[in-house]
Amino acid sequence: MERIPILKMGPYLLVTIQVDMHDRLAMTLQDDLTERISKTGSRGVLIDISALEMVDSFIGRMFANMAAIARVLDAEIVVVGMQPAVAITLVELGLSLPGIRTALDVERGMAMLGKSLAASTLPTPGDDGSGEGDAGPAE
Amino acid sequence: MSAHSDLGITKLVSARQQELLNGWIEAQLQSTNARPDLISRARLEEQSREFLQLFSRALDRNPSGDIRDSAWDDVRAFLEDLSRSRGTSGFSPSQTAAFVFSMKEPIFRAIRDTNGTAPEQQFEQVWKTTELIDRLGLFTTEVFQKGREQVIQRQQQEMLELSTPVVKLWDGVLALPMIGTLDSARTQVVMESLLQRIVETGAEVAIIDITGVPTVDTLVAQHLIKTVTAARLMGADCIISGIRPQIAQTIVHLGVELGDVVTKATLADAFYMALQRRNLTVTRVRR
Repeated sequence: MERIPILKMGPYLLVTIQVDMHDRLAMTLQDDLTERISKTGSRGVLIDISALEMVDSFIGRMFANMAAIARVLDAEIVVVGMQPAVAITLVELGLSLPGIRTALDVERGMAMLGKSLAASTLPTPGDDGSGEGDAGPAE
Repeated sequence: MSAHSDLGITKLVSARQQELLNGWIEAQLQSTNARPDLISRARLEEQSREFLQLFSRALDRNPSGDIRDSAWDDVRAFLEDLSRSRGTSGFSPSQTAAFVFSMKEPIFRAIRDTNGTAPEQQFEQVWKTTELIDRLGLFTTEVFQKGREQVIQRQQQEMLELSTPVVKLWDGVLALPMIGTLDSARTQVVMESLLQRIVETGAEVAIIDITGVPTVDTLVAQHLIKTVTAARLMGADCIISGIRPQIAQTIVHLGVELGDVVTKATLADAFYMALQRRNLTVTRVRR
């Protein structure tokens, strides 16, 4: 079964979507991402969708859900490289993804994550507190 | 029924063409719709003669007077040409249609002169001729109107293309000066070209200037919000500038929620803010 790879880059997770999303793939990605965030204790997730040409309301909602789930697990999601057509479609569908931060490309997204993590990760002694792994889809 | 019967004026028209022509030209020149400033007498005579010949020939081939028939192709083509050329040279629709309608008088006169003995037959002929000429006149008006509509459509298209430039103000700062009324089609074009330019240039800040937009209603406001949201989804910030006092009042009175869209009074203010976001500043050079 095809999967979208989730790469660990230092304190962040990097997800690049290079194929057209379909519903099953999006569900799998959500599961995998939740799993990986809780396992690695990453504080930031970068999703690169510059190759994504089509979205529907389901995929749009999946992004919103992933952001919400990540926030529950204390990680921040940045979506980068959205194509104009995708942006217009999401807006027309009424999905403005209010909780998600966006950037133009991966580089700027990284910078954005770095800045916000630097501001919030002052006290980090001790082990990684990856505890509550069962914070399932909040719906 | 009447469309398939003989009009009964075929012979009359072909036999008395010269007389009809003279009467018709006279009628056109005397009419209040005459425009000697726009068309010369010689040209008018030439057009009238040509039309009458075509008219006579069409009657000959299809005397029923059904102008959709192929026998009337030449007449229709001639009227289309005439209508178009008169439209561009400044005739009004009624003045253009008068070219055809003024033909009634000489034809009726001719009908009266030929068979003055049978009133019923005369009436029948007059009625059918009226119908025919009305159809031709309406056809002329229709073509005239169609020509105008094409002009309007073309201008709209040109306006659409003209009025949506996305300009680069600074490295990473785009501006979109909008001019004229915004409707759905235009906003769509504006939105697309702005987002496309954001991708191309990698600009982080886009300023939408609406100084040239005369009115903002709920729909326009909604379009603006959509554009700003779409740009945000792509990772660029939008600033709306140039909101005039009346428009600010309208927006509040309409209860439009601009949300967290940043608004500035002038393009200069918006530009200054954009520079600040990019950690740039403007200073006076000391000499």
